[in-house]
Amino acid sequence: MSAHFKKKSAKTSQNIPTASLPDIIFMLLIFFMVTTVLRETELLVRTTLPAAEAVEKIEQKRLVSYIYVGPEKLEGNQYGEDSVQIDDAIVDDLNEIRNIMYRKVLEEPQMIISFRVDREVETGLLYDVQHELREAETLRINYSTTREAGT
Amino acid sequence: MPLLKRRAKRQAEIPTSSMADIAFLLLIFFLVTTTINVDSGIYMQLPPKLDENVEPPEIQQRNLLNVLVNNSGDVLVDGQFMAINNIRDEVVRHVTNEGRLPNYADSPNEAIVSFKTERELPYEQYINVLDEIRGAYDEVRNDFSRQEHGVDYATYRAQLGEDDEDDVKTKYPIKISLAEPDG
Repeated sequence: MSAHFKKKSAKTSQNIPTASLPDIIFMLLIFFMVTTVLRETELLVRTTLPAAEAVEKIEQKRLVSYIYVGPEKLEGNQYGEDSVQIDDAIVDDLNEIRNIMYRKVLEEPQMIISFRVDREVETGLLYDVQHELREAETLRINYSTTREAGT
Repeated sequence: MPLLKRRAKRQAEIPTSSMADIAFLLLIFFLVTTTINVDSGIYMQLPPKLDENVEPPEIQQRNLLNVLVNNSGDVLVDGQFMAINNIRDEVVRHVTNEGRLPNYADSPNEAIVSFKTERELPYEQYINVLDEIRGAYDEVRNDFSRQEHGVDYATYRAQLGEDDEDDVKTKYPIKISLAEPDG
Protein backbone atom coordinates (compact mmCIF):
# COMPACT_ATOMS: atom_id res chain seq x y z
CA MET A 1 0.00 0.00 0.00
CA SER A 2 2.66 2.45 1.06
CA ALA A 3 4.61 1.71 -2.07
CA HIS A 4 1.64 2.81 -4.02
CA PHE A 5 1.61 6.20 -2.40
CA LYS A 6 5.28 6.68 -2.81
CA LYS A 7 5.10 6.13 -6.49
CA LYS A 8 2.42 8.73 -6.88
CA SER A 9 4.20 11.49 -4.99
CA ALA A 10 7.43 10.86 -6.78
CA LYS A 11 5.71 11.62 -10.01
CA THR A 12 4.81 15.24 -9.17
CA SER A 13 7.24 17.88 -10.25
CA GLN A 14 9.16 19.59 -7.42
CA ASN A 15 10.05 22.71 -9.36
CA ILE A 16 8.54 26.10 -8.81
CA PRO A 17 8.04 27.69 -12.18
CA THR A 18 10.38 30.66 -12.38
CA ALA A 19 9.56 31.76 -15.90
CA SER A 20 7.15 34.46 -14.71
CA LEU A 21 9.44 35.74 -11.98
CA PRO A 22 10.86 38.58 -14.10
CA ASP A 23 7.34 39.69 -14.90
CA ILE A 24 6.40 39.88 -11.25
CA ILE A 25 9.54 41.81 -10.43
CA PHE A 26 8.96 44.15 -13.35
CA MET A 27 5.47 44.84 -12.08
CA LEU A 28 6.83 45.85 -8.69
CA LEU A 29 9.54 47.87 -10.37
CA ILE A 30 7.06 49.79 -12.48
CA PHE A 31 4.91 50.46 -9.43
CA PHE A 32 7.82 52.00 -7.57
CA MET A 33 8.98 53.94 -10.60
CA VAL A 34 5.55 55.47 -10.97
CA THR A 35 5.09 56.34 -7.31
CA THR A 36 8.55 57.78 -6.80
CA VAL A 37 8.53 61.54 -6.50
CA LEU A 38 11.89 63.14 -6.95
CA ARG A 39 12.35 66.49 -5.27
CA GLU A 40 11.30 68.92 -7.95
CA THR A 41 12.32 72.21 -6.39
CA GLU A 42 15.62 73.22 -4.96
CA LEU A 43 15.23 75.02 -1.68
CA LEU A 44 16.77 78.47 -1.56
CA VAL A 45 15.62 79.19 1.97
CA ARG A 46 15.99 77.28 5.19
CA THR A 47 12.80 75.66 6.39
CA THR A 48 13.10 73.96 9.73
CA LEU A 49 9.49 73.15 10.43
CA PRO A 50 8.01 73.50 13.91
CA ALA A 51 6.33 70.54 15.57
CA ALA A 52 2.63 70.32 16.34
CA GLU A 53 0.23 67.78 17.78
CA ALA A 54 -3.15 68.39 16.19
CA VAL A 55 -2.05 67.74 12.63
CA GLU A 56 -3.87 66.15 9.75
CA LYS A 57 -2.58 64.73 6.51
CA ILE A 58 -3.35 66.30 3.19
CA GLU A 59 -4.97 63.58 1.18
CA GLN A 60 -5.01 65.22 -2.22
CA LYS A 61 -1.36 65.85 -2.92
CA ARG A 62 -2.20 66.93 -6.43
CA LEU A 63 -3.86 70.11 -5.17
CA VAL A 64 -0.99 71.26 -3.01
CA SER A 65 1.20 74.18 -3.94
CA TYR A 66 4.05 75.20 -1.69
CA ILE A 67 5.26 78.51 -0.35
CA TYR A 68 8.58 78.42 1.45
CA VAL A 69 9.43 81.13 3.92
CA GLY A 70 12.71 81.31 5.77
CA PRO A 71 16.15 82.89 5.93
CA GLU A 72 17.81 82.84 2.56
CA LYS A 73 20.70 80.41 2.17
CA LEU A 74 23.94 82.15 1.35
CA GLU A 75 27.34 80.76 0.48
CA GLY A 76 29.38 79.22 3.22
CA ASN A 77 26.55 78.04 5.47
CA GLN A 78 25.35 81.53 6.21
CA TYR A 79 21.84 82.80 6.25
CA GLY A 80 20.54 86.12 5.00
CA GLU A 81 17.26 87.94 5.29
CA ASP A 82 13.94 86.17 5.62
CA SER A 83 12.54 85.64 2.16
CA VAL A 84 9.68 83.96 0.37
CA GLN A 85 10.20 81.27 -2.23
CA ILE A 86 7.53 80.08 -4.62
CA ASP A 87 8.34 77.22 -6.99
CA ASP A 88 12.05 77.61 -7.63
CA ALA A 89 12.63 81.31 -7.27
CA ILE A 90 12.70 83.84 -4.49
CA VAL A 91 10.00 86.48 -4.69
CA ASP A 92 11.56 89.90 -4.21
CA ASP A 93 8.41 91.98 -4.28
CA LEU A 94 5.70 90.57 -2.06
CA ASN A 95 3.03 92.23 -4.21
CA GLU A 96 3.98 89.81 -6.95
CA ILE A 97 2.55 86.95 -4.93
CA ARG A 98 -1.04 87.84 -5.69
CA ASN A 99 -0.41 87.60 -9.45
CA ILE A 100 1.46 84.32 -9.17
CA MET A 101 -1.21 82.84 -6.96
CA TYR A 102 -4.05 84.18 -9.05
CA ARG A 103 -2.62 82.45 -12.11
CA LYS A 104 -2.23 79.23 -10.17
CA VAL A 105 -5.71 79.26 -8.75
CA LEU A 106 -7.20 79.72 -12.20
CA GLU A 107 -5.68 76.41 -13.20
CA GLU A 108 -6.74 74.62 -10.03
CA PRO A 109 -9.59 76.28 -8.13
CA GLN A 110 -9.40 73.77 -5.29
CA MET A 111 -5.76 74.54 -4.63
CA ILE A 112 -4.34 74.26 -1.11
CA ILE A 113 -1.36 76.40 -0.24
CA SER A 114 1.03 74.66 2.06
CA PHE A 115 3.24 76.96 4.09
CA ARG A 116 6.63 75.56 4.86
CA VAL A 117 7.91 78.20 7.22
CA ASP A 118 11.07 78.21 9.28
CA ARG A 119 10.42 78.24 13.01
CA GLU A 120 12.34 81.46 13.56
CA VAL A 121 10.56 83.56 10.98
CA GLU A 122 8.61 86.47 12.40
CA THR A 123 4.88 86.17 11.88
CA GLY A 124 4.69 89.64 10.36
CA LEU A 125 6.11 88.32 7.10
CA LEU A 126 3.62 85.47 7.23
CA TYR A 127 0.77 87.94 7.63
CA ASP A 128 1.99 89.88 4.60
CA VAL A 129 2.03 86.72 2.51
CA GLN A 130 -1.41 85.74 3.77
CA HIS A 131 -2.72 89.15 2.91
CA GLU A 132 -1.56 88.60 -0.66
CA LEU A 133 -3.24 85.20 -0.73
CA ARG A 134 -6.49 86.77 0.36
CA GLU A 135 -6.19 89.24 -2.49
CA ALA A 136 -5.75 86.34 -4.89
CA GLU A 137 -8.63 84.51 -3.19
CA THR A 138 -6.62 81.41 -2.48
CA LEU A 139 -8.03 80.78 0.94
CA ARG A 140 -7.30 77.13 1.63
CA ILE A 141 -4.00 76.98 3.46
CA ASN A 142 -2.04 74.53 5.49
CA TYR A 143 0.73 75.20 7.98
CA SER A 144 3.14 72.39 7.35
CA THR A 145 4.54 70.96 10.56
CA THR A 146 6.27 67.87 11.74
CA ARG A 147 4.49 65.56 14.13
CA GLU A 148 5.37 66.11 17.74
CA ALA A 149 7.18 63.19 19.32
CA GLY A 150 5.17 61.11 21.74
CA THR A 151 1.79 61.48 20.08
CA MET B 1 27.35 25.31 -49.28
CA PRO B 2 29.18 24.50 -46.03
CA LEU B 3 28.93 28.17 -45.08
CA LEU B 4 25.16 28.17 -45.25
CA LYS B 5 24.91 25.08 -43.17
CA ARG B 6 26.95 26.54 -40.36
CA ARG B 7 24.75 29.62 -40.22
CA ALA B 8 21.58 27.66 -39.85
CA LYS B 9 22.97 25.96 -36.81
CA ARG B 10 23.56 29.20 -34.88
CA GLN B 11 21.44 29.87 -31.82
CA ALA B 12 19.52 33.13 -32.04
CA GLU B 13 18.14 33.27 -28.48
CA ILE B 14 18.74 36.01 -25.92
CA PRO B 15 19.47 34.49 -22.54
CA THR B 16 16.61 35.46 -20.27
CA SER B 17 17.74 33.75 -17.09
CA SER B 18 19.45 36.87 -15.77
CA MET B 19 16.47 39.09 -16.51
CA ALA B 20 15.09 38.59 -13.03
CA ASP B 21 18.38 39.66 -11.50
CA ILE B 22 18.48 42.84 -13.54
CA ALA B 23 14.92 43.63 -12.59
CA PHE B 24 15.73 42.94 -8.95
CA LEU B 25 18.61 45.37 -9.02
CA LEU B 26 16.45 48.11 -10.47
CA LEU B 27 13.70 47.31 -8.01
CA ILE B 28 16.05 47.59 -5.06
CA PHE B 29 17.37 50.88 -6.38
CA PHE B 30 13.89 52.39 -6.55
CA LEU B 31 12.90 50.88 -3.21
CA VAL B 32 15.83 52.61 -1.57
CA THR B 33 15.42 55.97 -3.27
CA THR B 34 11.64 56.24 -2.84
CA THR B 35 10.55 58.55 -0.08
CA ILE B 36 6.83 58.55 0.36
CA ASN B 37 6.56 61.84 2.17
CA VAL B 38 3.05 62.61 3.21
CA ASP B 39 2.65 66.25 3.98
CA SER B 40 0.98 66.90 7.28
CA GLY B 41 0.08 70.09 9.00
CA ILE B 42 -2.61 72.33 10.39
CA TYR B 43 -5.31 73.05 7.86
CA MET B 44 -6.80 76.53 7.97
CA GLN B 45 -9.14 78.69 5.98
CA LEU B 46 -8.21 82.31 5.41
CA PRO B 47 -10.91 84.96 5.67
CA PRO B 48 -12.08 86.27 2.29
CA LYS B 49 -10.99 89.60 0.93
CA LEU B 50 -12.63 92.53 2.68
CA ASP B 51 -15.33 94.19 0.69
CA GLU B 52 -15.65 97.85 1.57
CA ASN B 53 -19.31 97.99 0.65
CA VAL B 54 -20.33 95.18 2.95
CA GLU B 55 -20.52 95.76 6.67
CA PRO B 56 -18.83 93.06 8.72
CA PRO B 57 -21.40 90.91 10.52
CA GLU B 58 -22.17 91.73 14.11
CA ILE B 59 -20.76 89.19 16.50
CA GLN B 60 -21.85 89.05 20.10
CA GLN B 61 -19.00 89.57 22.48
CA ARG B 62 -19.76 86.38 24.39
CA ASN B 63 -19.42 84.23 21.29
CA LEU B 64 -15.96 85.52 20.61
CA LEU B 65 -12.89 84.22 22.39
CA ASN B 66 -10.01 86.58 21.79
CA VAL B 67 -6.58 85.00 21.84
CA LEU B 68 -3.81 87.57 21.67
CA VAL B 69 -0.11 86.78 21.64
CA ASN B 70 2.52 89.49 22.03
CA ASN B 71 6.07 89.57 20.71
CA SER B 72 7.55 87.76 23.68
CA GLY B 73 5.00 84.96 23.50
CA ASP B 74 2.71 85.98 26.36
CA VAL B 75 -0.85 84.89 25.77
CA LEU B 76 -3.88 86.95 26.62
CA VAL B 77 -7.24 85.15 26.44
CA ASP B 78 -10.23 87.49 26.70
CA GLY B 79 -8.08 90.00 28.53
CA GLN B 80 -6.46 87.59 30.99
CA PHE B 81 -2.95 86.21 31.02
CA MET B 82 -2.85 82.51 30.43
CA ALA B 83 -0.18 79.82 30.20
CA ILE B 84 -0.05 78.02 26.85
CA ASN B 85 -1.13 74.71 28.43
CA ASN B 86 -4.34 76.26 29.74
CA ILE B 87 -5.54 77.56 26.38
CA ARG B 88 -6.88 74.17 25.37
CA ASP B 89 -9.23 73.86 28.33
CA GLU B 90 -10.37 77.43 27.91
CA VAL B 91 -11.27 76.84 24.26
CA VAL B 92 -13.05 73.59 25.13
CA ARG B 93 -15.04 75.43 27.79
CA HIS B 94 -15.89 78.16 25.29
CA VAL B 95 -17.05 75.82 22.53
CA THR B 96 -19.03 73.40 24.69
CA ASN B 97 -20.63 76.06 26.86
CA GLU B 98 -24.08 75.93 25.23
CA GLY B 99 -25.10 79.20 26.87
CA ARG B 100 -24.55 78.13 30.47
CA LEU B 101 -21.84 80.53 31.59
CA PRO B 102 -22.36 84.16 30.61
CA ASN B 103 -18.84 84.83 29.30
CA TYR B 104 -18.68 81.89 26.94
CA ALA B 105 -20.46 81.04 23.71
CA ASP B 106 -24.20 80.57 23.21
CA SER B 107 -23.81 77.49 21.05
CA PRO B 108 -20.92 75.64 19.38
CA ASN B 109 -22.20 76.87 16.06
CA GLU B 110 -21.74 80.49 17.02
CA ALA B 111 -18.49 80.11 18.92
CA ILE B 112 -15.58 81.84 17.26
CA VAL B 113 -11.98 81.86 18.35
CA SER B 114 -10.15 84.92 17.16
CA PHE B 115 -6.41 84.43 16.98
CA LYS B 116 -4.18 87.45 16.74
CA THR B 117 -0.47 87.92 17.28
CA GLU B 118 2.01 90.76 17.15
CA ARG B 119 4.22 90.92 14.13
CA GLU B 120 7.54 89.99 15.70
CA LEU B 121 6.41 86.73 17.24
CA PRO B 122 8.49 83.77 16.04
CA TYR B 123 6.57 81.34 13.87
CA GLU B 124 7.21 78.44 16.23
CA GLN B 125 5.24 80.12 19.03
CA TYR B 126 2.49 81.01 16.58
CA ILE B 127 2.15 77.34 15.69
CA ASN B 128 2.28 76.30 19.35
CA VAL B 129 -0.73 78.44 20.22
CA LEU B 130 -2.63 77.55 17.04
CA ASP B 131 -1.93 73.90 17.75
CA GLU B 132 -3.50 74.23 21.20
CA ILE B 133 -6.63 75.79 19.71
CA ARG B 134 -6.88 73.11 17.06
CA GLY B 135 -6.19 70.47 19.69
CA ALA B 136 -9.13 71.76 21.71
CA TYR B 137 -11.47 71.36 18.74
CA ASP B 138 -10.12 67.85 18.12
CA GLU B 139 -10.80 67.01 21.75
CA VAL B 140 -14.36 68.32 21.58
CA ARG B 141 -15.05 66.48 18.34
CA ASN B 142 -13.58 63.23 19.62
CA ASP B 143 -15.66 63.38 22.79
CA PHE B 144 -18.85 64.07 20.88
CA SER B 145 -18.12 61.36 18.34
CA ARG B 146 -17.42 58.80 21.07
CA GLN B 147 -20.63 59.73 22.82
CA GLU B 148 -22.82 59.59 19.73
CA HIS B 149 -21.19 56.96 17.59
CA GLY B 150 -18.95 55.06 20.00
CA VAL B 151 -15.76 55.67 18.05
CA ASP B 152 -13.38 58.60 17.86
CA TYR B 153 -13.75 61.19 15.14
CA ALA B 154 -11.14 59.87 12.71
CA THR B 155 -12.71 56.40 12.73
CA TYR B 156 -16.18 57.86 12.37
CA ARG B 157 -15.12 59.97 9.44
CA ALA B 158 -13.50 57.01 7.73
CA GLN B 159 -16.83 55.16 7.95
CA LEU B 160 -18.76 57.96 6.29
CA GLY B 161 -19.77 57.60 2.68
CA GLU B 162 -19.29 60.23 0.04
CA ASP B 163 -22.69 61.88 0.54
CA ASP B 164 -23.26 61.17 4.22
CA GLU B 165 -23.51 64.11 6.48
CA ASP B 166 -20.74 64.46 8.99
CA ASP B 167 -22.81 65.37 12.03
CA VAL B 168 -19.81 65.83 14.29
CA LYS B 169 -18.58 68.52 11.95
CA THR B 170 -22.04 70.06 11.73
CA LYS B 171 -22.34 70.15 15.51
CA TYR B 172 -18.85 71.52 16.14
CA PRO B 173 -17.64 73.52 13.16
CA ILE B 174 -14.13 74.88 13.51
CA LYS B 175 -14.29 78.64 13.45
CA ILE B 176 -10.88 80.11 14.01
CA SER B 177 -10.51 83.62 12.75
CA LEU B 178 -7.00 84.62 11.74
CA ALA B 179 -7.14 88.31 12.39
CA GLU B 180 -4.45 90.54 10.98
CA PRO B 181 -2.44 92.57 13.45
CA ASP B 182 -3.26 96.25 13.70
CA GLY B 183 -0.70 98.47 12.10
